[in-house]
Amino acid sequence: MDFAYLSAIIFLPVIGAIVIALLPRADFKVIRVVALIFTLASFALSMVVFCQFDRSSAAIGVMQFEEKHSWIPAINSFYHLGVDGLSLPLVILMTFLGVLSVLVSWKVALRPKLYFAMLLILETSILGVFTALDLILFFLFWEIELIPMYFLISIWGSGRKEYAANKYLIYTLVGSAMMLAGFLSVYFSTGTMNMMELSGLEIARPFIPLSAMFFLLIAGFAIKLPVFPLHTWLPDAHTNAPTAASVILAGALLKMGGYGMIRLCVTMLPGVAVQYAPLMAILAVIGVLYGAGVTLRQTDLKRLIAYSSVSHMGYVLLGIFALTQISVTGAALQMFSHGIITGLLFAMVGLVYEKTHERNLDKLGGLARQMPVIVVVFSIAGLASLGLPGTSGFAAEFITFVGSFTSSIAGMRLYTLLGVLGIVFTAGYILWMLQRTFYGEPKEEYNGVPDADAVEKTCIFLFVFAILLVGIYPAILTNVIKMGVEPIIKLIGM
Amino acid sequence: MMLEQISLIAPELSLLCFALLVVLLDLFVKQKKVIAGVAVFGVIISGGFALNMWGAPTTGIFYNMLSVDKFAVLFKFLFLAAAGLVMLASQDYVSKFPRFQGEFYALVMLATLGMMLMAAAADFIALYVALELSSISLYVLASFLKDKKSTEAGLKYLLLGAVASAVLLYGMALVFGLTGHTCLVCIADAIKAMPISSIMESPILVLGIILLVVGFGFKIASVPFQMWVPDVYEGAPTPVTAYLSVASKAAGFAIILRVFFTVFGAPEWLSQNWGLLLAILSAITMTVGNVVAIVQANIKRMLGYSSIAQAGYLMVGLATVGMAAGADALGRSGLLFFLMSYTVTNLGAFIAIIAISNKINSDMIDDFTGMGKRAPLLATALTLCLVSLTGLPPTAGLIAKVYIFSGAVDHGLLWLVIIAVINSCISAYYYFRVVKVMWMGEPASDEKVPSTWALRTALAICCLAVLVMGVVPAAFVRIAEAAVKILGS
Repeated sequence: MDFAYLSAIIFLPVIGAIVIALLPRADFKVIRVVALIFTLASFALSMVVFCQFDRSSAAIGVMQFEEKHSWIPAINSFYHLGVDGLSLPLVILMTFLGVLSVLVSWKVALRPKLYFAMLLILETSILGVFTALDLILFFLFWEIELIPMYFLISIWGSGRKEYAANKYLIYTLVGSAMMLAGFLSVYFSTGTMNMMELSGLEIARPFIPLSAMFFLLIAGFAIKLPVFPLHTWLPDAHTNAPTAASVILAGALLKMGGYGMIRLCVTMLPGVAVQYAPLMAILAVIGVLYGAGVTLRQTDLKRLIAYSSVSHMGYVLLGIFALTQISVTGAALQMFSHGIITGLLFAMVGLVYEKTHERNLDKLGGLARQMPVIVVVFSIAGLASLGLPGTSGFAAEFITFVGSFTSSIAGMRLYTLLGVLGIVFTAGYILWMLQRTFYGEPKEEYNGVPDADAVEKTCIFLFVFAILLVGIYPAILTNVIKMGVEPIIKLIGM
Repeated sequence: MMLEQISLIAPELSLLCFALLVVLLDLFVKQKKVIAGVAVFGVIISGGFALNMWGAPTTGIFYNMLSVDKFAVLFKFLFLAAAGLVMLASQDYVSKFPRFQGEFYALVMLATLGMMLMAAAADFIALYVALELSSISLYVLASFLKDKKSTEAGLKYLLLGAVASAVLLYGMALVFGLTGHTCLVCIADAIKAMPISSIMESPILVLGIILLVVGFGFKIASVPFQMWVPDVYEGAPTPVTAYLSVASKAAGFAIILRVFFTVFGAPEWLSQNWGLLLAILSAITMTVGNVVAIVQANIKRMLGYSSIAQAGYLMVGLATVGMAAGADALGRSGLLFFLMSYTVTNLGAFIAIIAISNKINSDMIDDFTGMGKRAPLLATALTLCLVSLTGLPPTAGLIAKVYIFSGAVDHGLLWLVIIAVINSCISAYYYFRVVKVMWMGEPASDEKVPSTWALRTALAICCLAVLVMGVVPAAFVRIAEAAVKILGS
């Protein structure tokens, strides 16, 4: 049997967590190195998978690096993993963010053992979601994520951390509860839990109306993405979470929602997806515009970035439900791109806050003089977020809009035009935020505030490198993504 | 002939002998640890006999009073495991009643014996006698501390339990009056022989079924027969509470499953009607349990209400069995798997609580603040068990819920499953409140919380089982499937 790459990628972080738990009385310096080693190993393996991934046309729609073992025979459930063009970029995104989130947390000294263990378990669960091909396995990984995130927010968070953690927990649980009901109704309508068999399967004897099934499934994903009006957990969770948790939350966790919609809702129920596409597109546009509008009004730096996620995830939703080859590819690229851009933005906010102990835009100002490196990188991240050509943000948003504009779904042109307006808002709040934080008269209380140190520079330069790489040569990902999207669009037959 | 049959009740007989031995030893032996050792040894021996009978062919013994089948054997093993773990865990607790330790162990063993006979009973008479044996032992155990709360608990349990027994007996009498039999299989045959129209028009049968549901409902603490639970759980010694919440409940489900499936499993019309009745009770039970648990400040009371809610989830399995009307075994095996998972999970939670509250001398949730620092291992174990009760991975709780709900969805109970999963979300709130205070608050003192090795062993077994059943459930699923295959054939 071949080396089980995917299992290794998924479980290396959790093995790291166990190693950390077993270290007797370790100093946090040892713990963070162990965490870094395991996340690096996982990242390295995911790059191996990326290089060995078969990009030939024969491999379109085929799951690669598949692993399948019997798991719970009673309900026909398997330990079944695999990656295709859709999931592979997200796996790489997560392993990449895994390494960076350890670097971001380099100075966490409060209960470091538990902290890094939780971070690593979180990584395992998200990787599991992106690679699982069995509904119950998918659900298992989907739920595991809750526990470390709950602890990360409620122990190492700030402000109303316990409220935010509880809100996050309850929102997600309600969504996943519906999702489980949806999975079970799919299973009893078809007799299989295998996502590959389910894709495009004609459900001849649906157990409940197909549209009910669709909405049960999409509830969990819509909360996670988040889709307006189910987004209210997000600003609280992001604002109060520690920096690394925000990075992973915005970077990879929200993508579980988008991924689930494409992989399960659209693939398993293409007919219903077409039927409700206009509705989802309207919600997407509301999300884009409402999110951007609310973002403009924020005075807390972290909350501002959090609300911008609501707006940017609207593009993903629009791309998915425009249901064309190009728009879904754009949506998938947007998920990756938003992952690294917003990840970087949160890391930068974390840095600014760590140096100045201030997140209120009214009180910040004139920091450009004290922190030249931070201001440059923050600006790059901001410009990428508003879609400056040459950054991944531009590539992703451009492809998404081109795709959705050509969609044959009723009203999609109008929605696209409205969605594009969101970019204008984005330019507004990003530039305004940069100006209010870094420019203007230098303030006395920030004299002598240090710039980023070596570890922080390494971390943020890696982010910038990824943003520019995807921005200048998006085909490095789109070539992979389109292999996963093509068979899905074929199912829709538009 | 008779001798051969005696070898088939070896687990029960050996347990009885050891229980009597424990009482006798208590007269002479000063070292109470020895008595505990003998008691645990007795449970292990009995468990060995039970394991040995897993492969035995299905028969009825003592003129079909008891049946020997995999279903009964699985439950016997479950009760013995629970009893053994509780006895190990009570090493930290028995110092509160130093004089009566022998009686304590003996009563736990006798209660276990009663439950084992309940699981095997194939006749109303045997069933009732076994039920009383276990109940009376438990009444005494509930009031074992002899303080105000414990006495109240015992008295309340006794009075309400006696009423429930009377109601149950009345239900049995009505069914007997209609069919002329007390043996379960004979009653089933008699009902099958009746024309459908006369079943539908027979108020006696309907009343009998309702009274049986009431009587058994008391045992499993389903709403509206749950009134005794919070007070008894709070007042009784914690090990007894642990035992009540798992073994006694499991025994209740064992007899309901056997009686309702065997006796009222056919015709389909009848089966689906009690299935629906139980489905409605299940929805009410889990909702009441979960909602009331939210406001509890005492952790034993909270777990009391949580166990009511868990009974609600278990009743989803029973309702499925009714709706399926014997058509497929998913509901039955799901119920068994859930019971196994619930037993180890709830026991684990209670064992951790015994250790912690014994040291801090309080059962209030607020006093658990900062336990993550004072007792990291106990707090981790309790967290794991609470996560499993919520039904999150990677624990047995998730698999159990998925399993039991999947059967329900298959038999038209999607509405019930949706209520159940929403209830799981509600339950997360109060389970995680305990987790939160343990890990987030600052401890009142830095003093460590000690525990004996016996308790730690018991806790480790529970946690290991919770994890193993959560990650590689296949073996346990096969056991549950094998156990229900025999049932009703």
